Amino acid sequence: MILWLLFLLPLVSAALIHFVLKQKLSNLASLIGTVSTLATLVIAIMWTNGSFSTPDSWSWISVGSFNASIGLADDQLAKGMMIVVCGIGFLVHVFSLAYMDKDGAKARYFGNLSLFMFSMTGIVLAENFVMMFIFWELVGLSSYLLIGHWYKKDTAADAAKKAFLSNRIGDFGFLIGILMTWMLAGSIVFSDMDGTAFIGSGSWMAGAAVLFVFCGAIGKSAQLPLHVWLPDAMEGPTPVSALIHAATMVAAGVYMMARFFGSVGLEARAQVPAIEVIAWIGAITSLVAALMATQQDDIKKILAYSTLSQLGYMVMAVGLLEPDAGMFHLYTHAWFKALLFLGSGAVIYACHHEQNIWKMGGLFKKMPITGFTFVIGTCALTAVPFTSGFFSKEGILHAAHGTPFYWIALGVAALTTFYMFRLIFVAFFGKAKDEHAEHAKEVEFRMFAPLVILAVMAIASPFLGKLIPANDFTPDTAFHWNEVTIASMIVFLIGFAAAFVIYRGRSSDPINIPLFRNKFYIDEFYAGLVKWFQDILAAIVHFLDEFIINGLLVGGLTRCAQGTGNLFRRNCQSGNLQHYALLSGVGILIAIYFTIFS
Amino acid sequence: MLTLALILIPLLAAAAIFVLGSAGARKIAIGAAVANIAIAVAAISTSCSGFTLNVLENPNMNLALDLHANGGISVILLILSVIVTLAAVLSGTCPKGHEGLWYGSIMMISAGAIGAFIAKDLFFFFAFHELALIPTFLMIGMLGRGERKEVAWKITIYLAFGSIILLAGILMIATQLGTFDMTELKPLALYQNEVALLLIIGFGTLVSLFPFHSWAAPAYASAPAPVSMLHAGVLKKFGIYGLIVVAYKVAPDGMAHWLPLLLILLLFNIIWVGLVTINQRRLDTMLGNSSVMHMGYIFLAIAALVDNGSSFAMQAAVLLMFAHGISIAMSFCLADRIESKTGTLEINQLGGLAKNTPSLAFLFGLVGMASIGLPGLANFAGEIMVFFSGFEDWSHADGFGPLQIATMIAIWGVVISAVYMLRAFRNIFQGETVRRTEEVTPLSFNEKIPAIILGLVLLVVGIYPNTILHFFN
Repeated sequence: MILWLLFLLPLVSAALIHFVLKQKLSNLASLIGTVSTLATLVIAIMWTNGSFSTPDSWSWISVGSFNASIGLADDQLAKGMMIVVCGIGFLVHVFSLAYMDKDGAKARYFGNLSLFMFSMTGIVLAENFVMMFIFWELVGLSSYLLIGHWYKKDTAADAAKKAFLSNRIGDFGFLIGILMTWMLAGSIVFSDMDGTAFIGSGSWMAGAAVLFVFCGAIGKSAQLPLHVWLPDAMEGPTPVSALIHAATMVAAGVYMMARFFGSVGLEARAQVPAIEVIAWIGAITSLVAALMATQQDDIKKILAYSTLSQLGYMVMAVGLLEPDAGMFHLYTHAWFKALLFLGSGAVIYACHHEQNIWKMGGLFKKMPITGFTFVIGTCALTAVPFTSGFFSKEGILHAAHGTPFYWIALGVAALTTFYMFRLIFVAFFGKAKDEHAEHAKEVEFRMFAPLVILAVMAIASPFLGKLIPANDFTPDTAFHWNEVTIASMIVFLIGFAAAFVIYRGRSSDPINIPLFRNKFYIDEFYAGLVKWFQDILAAIVHFLDEFIINGLLVGGLTRCAQGTGNLFRRNCQSGNLQHYALLSGVGILIAIYFTIFS
Repeated sequence: MLTLALILIPLLAAAAIFVLGSAGARKIAIGAAVANIAIAVAAISTSCSGFTLNVLENPNMNLALDLHANGGISVILLILSVIVTLAAVLSGTCPKGHEGLWYGSIMMISAGAIGAFIAKDLFFFFAFHELALIPTFLMIGMLGRGERKEVAWKITIYLAFGSIILLAGILMIATQLGTFDMTELKPLALYQNEVALLLIIGFGTLVSLFPFHSWAAPAYASAPAPVSMLHAGVLKKFGIYGLIVVAYKVAPDGMAHWLPLLLILLLFNIIWVGLVTINQRRLDTMLGNSSVMHMGYIFLAIAALVDNGSSFAMQAAVLLMFAHGISIAMSFCLADRIESKTGTLEINQLGGLAKNTPSLAFLFGLVGMASIGLPGLANFAGEIMVFFSGFEDWSHADGFGPLQIATMIAIWGVVISAVYMLRAFRNIFQGETVRRTEEVTPLSFNEKIPAIILGLVLLVVGIYPNTILHFFN
């Protein structure tokens, strides 16, 4: 029963903050949000140690053959993921206490953060597809609300809308996939799915179902072609970017695919050729996003594209039928990417909301704790040996070894090192390029304490075996010292050397590649598509509806009827109420007469 | 007797209001609405036996009322009716001097709707609905906005057209079965296809089935808020109710015969009207069109019921009817508040409203999210059941049948509705304030009440759909 608290604590906290405390008691609100997250973290840790038994599920709807319940999945995948969500969630709450202290809508912020914790818990613990879909939509809502936290800013309001709609497009496919799986695998409950029947339905049907389900991951994990919302989502407060748009929610797509594949047991890749498509989408996303990241100037945008790129890595691993390797990378990535985002938040805070790296510089000396932890995070992301990223990236490279994906993965690794050390050299070293950076000071305890803890996790996370959200998984499952390791280290050196040579001591960007800088013009393309396709189509349909159907077809009938009506009006319409009553009475009598005597 | 009281109370209230005029009209109406909720609760919980008054011997025609004659559907629609009635009485701003017409009409519409849903006799089932339409026309024609005369004519002609065709269908049923008793409906031996077509067109027009839908948006935009709420929320459900409890019972094969047509029309409702909705520039016509669009989902449930005899499509349809009724009523209630505060419903002339009226933004956001099918709110529970019903008994060996393809296309509707709803919310409530919204005052307690009642219902049913679904057992 205790496990239900994982849901109830954040839900009660959200309701309490939104409806009772409100902005007047915002300090108490922020405290309640933080404490409830800490409590869920404690419960999650105890659960990992086997303290609680799983409670019975609760029937949500049960009519005819449609049964959807709310129940808990009880396996290492869920437990490990729960630690990630609650652990990073708690640190982000602590960081937010300081970061959002002066915000005019602090209570709303913490209320929505609690709502997010509730929804994310639901995705992680979902025991069936309908429950997962329910919470899948609810994280979409909390993400929408948090991206649009500063809703008076047009860019924030637009970004929130864009995120929600992109996700909806993915959910369109996801829902169809769920419906197909329901019939193909015989159940929506993960543990009851019949993998043999699923694959037995033929490669075409099973492949279609897998790809439809994968659409959900494309939306939520921001894969091409629906990736456009994630960089824009950086309009939200930075701690939100760390928690939702880097560590947890965006990784939900990978988590969902891992759970789905685990349930239908797709071992033999030849049986479902569609899976190749998943790997390609992941690989292309990781490459394209890495290329875009090399030319961004906004510190958060660089990290956002980096997140896209790493998510592409994980999806690629899933597509290569190594979901465990993908989940391991998800797990290590969550800690170090949250670290990088919170670090960028500290930098932005210290530089008075300046986000352009070309207006920073020299921050390492002025903000030693932030600077040092940021470098650790960067090392983990770029897979410096013996950091967490080194082990998990290795797993993905192994999965890709011997396929064309291997070369893409290595290329992305080199690019990752390049753009991250570009960021480090420009923002943290060299001379301060702006007044704000000149006067930057180290942030307060509530902000640097989470950074330090996350930095520890960026190194140590692979060695905490019990926390890894993958069944029967230890780092050495993924790690073998062989030529893949050597290649990984070589590409690191190439990327690092390039960044060192090109960017050390620079005050402006010597490289200008408009294609990368403008994100391959994909946003412009979509804007055009929406304008030309959706809006103009809608206008045409509206015109047809108004003038053909309403005007000619039905309007013709109407005029006919009006003509008849005019006849009647001359004779019957006297404006006298009794006259009308008489006529209706006669009408009813005629109707009854025909009924009885016909 | 309790069932009779459900109709008599609003009728007597209407009579009292007409007699007494403006004085105390609002109080009488509120009193009657509250009393009716209490009686509805009593009638449902005591499973009372109903009421019968013989009108004709041969064919047997009775003024018969029975809550439980049609499974749980009547009970659920009765709950919908009494809740929306109360909210409607509390909504809108009655123009000075017209209190009698205003509140009297609301009571008449409510009485007619309740009568139609609890009648056990086909003739009165039809007649009560017609009774509710008369005050609807009057309110639009006399107290409506914009081109109210033209709109009143339009809705009159459309709905009269639908009613006549429907009456023809009902008479065909009654002559074959020799009774008007709805509990004795059984599949017809003859003319199933003809009856089914008459009923699909007749009921369909009343529910704004494509291409008989173009009355809906202008009518809801023009009608005073309580009338839009009651018609879109409650009265319109009469058509769906009829298709389930009459058409499907008397002409299952006939319905199956017209299934391809029904599937095509309902997709037009969802996709075509959805695109029309995206292109609306005014909030009220947008909401009106969105309600037409959402009828498509309910028709989809009926299609599933006809196609695979689904074990839960009927429940899905009724749950969605209930959810849609509550949510569309709440939408019109709040749109009316926006107009009275800013003087316009042109979406482009609004902006930043959330700054000065956060509670209005919250409530509108809530109902907007409900109407685009966000889990935790009632509409989602209905929609997901509808979609699942489209795939019930599907086997991969058959490939995708017409119903599955229609379901998959229909799901695109969730994207379309998100597009127009979020666009409207973005443009009305977010961003900086504009001239129209600069000096707007927050919602007062009285203004909030109807929306809060409806919003709570959406939440409760959304979180625990069994509050509604258990009436089927």
